[in-house]
Amino acid sequence: MLKTEDYATAVREISGVKISVTRYKIGDRYYCHVANLDPGATIARAEAASRDEAEQAALAKAANRLGTNRAAAPGEKGLSSTAR
Amino acid sequence: MATYSNPEVLVSTDWVAQHKSDPTVVVVEVDVDTAAYNEGHVSGALGWNWQTQLCDTVQRDIISKSALEALLSQSGIGNDTAIILYGDNNNWFAAWAFWQLKMYGHKDVRIMNGGRKKWLAEGRELSKETPSPKAVKYNVAGFDESYRAFLKQVQSAMKSPGTALVDVRSPDEFTGKILSPPGLPETCQRGGHIPGAKSIPWAQACNDDGTFKTPDELQALYAGKGVTPDKNVIAYCRIGERSSHSWFVLKYLLGYPNVSNYDGSWTEWGNLVGAPVEKGA
Repeated sequence: MLKTEDYATAVREISGVKISVTRYKIGDRYYCHVANLDPGATIARAEAASRDEAEQAALAKAANRLGTNRAAAPGEKGLSSTAR
Repeated sequence: MATYSNPEVLVSTDWVAQHKSDPTVVVVEVDVDTAAYNEGHVSGALGWNWQTQLCDTVQRDIISKSALEALLSQSGIGNDTAIILYGDNNNWFAAWAFWQLKMYGHKDVRIMNGGRKKWLAEGRELSKETPSPKAVKYNVAGFDESYRAFLKQVQSAMKSPGTALVDVRSPDEFTGKILSPPGLPETCQRGGHIPGAKSIPWAQACNDDGTFKTPDELQALYAGKGVTPDKNVIAYCRIGERSSHSWFVLKYLLGYPNVSNYDGSWTEWGNLVGAPVEKGA
């Protein structure tokens, strides 16, 4: 029977943005997804054979995405998204 | 302690575990993260993709009547089937599906309280098998457009004292500090909010485990900001999904009689030439 094991979530920060990192294992695979804190949408996810690999891959993707999305619009301070 | 106005629209994870094989029930997962379903889902649950299956993919609109009939028919869902929706992130997009199904008149739609988050956290059984339901014929019974607010209605309502506009986005989006949440693509030309709107972020309706707060807590949350049942309430966010969650809370859990979801939301208003915008808290 498949079920979630080692489910854990934590708040971290990447590029000045607070994120939630959720990790768990299903079967023999480890999953990690990174979401913005509000509203909680997934920014990046990864699956790997180990917990650390999954987490590192997801965090790297998230950092890349948040970095490329940090562009200010005319007259605005802060974040703007330009591409998914 | 008060009870929810329509408690039948919520089922527990225990209930789903016991009824997921019931032939009168179809369980459907709808996630904001469309890859989540394939990791593992409630055994027997179908997965609907909000980006391709619950909207018009050509023009910006909700799913059409014919597309919904096709989706439900292919899903083995008849007009009398109980549809149990659940999803990630406090049932965010499960509520989006609920809103559309109710608009098209499906009678028995319920949400699994706590959603995918609670199911996973409880270590419950998962499956990676995608069911192949036997197709049936589904006929949409009606359409209640009162659940939806369009731009002109919002522009008109903005000036009415009998209306409560509820902005359910994050405080930083409301004040105009940011244009959209970090990492998300749908944006706007101007930040801020519709003049007169009250800021009540959608997730304040939920507990840490993804379940909905108690009726008393929800009532205090909205009434405390002047959003009361006597008002014509219009909820909005960025693309209408977070506000469908608040719409669900206000209409079904608190029983407010007049609640609509402005799904054009900030990606419409914040891009509109000449639209009035208020900044700050």
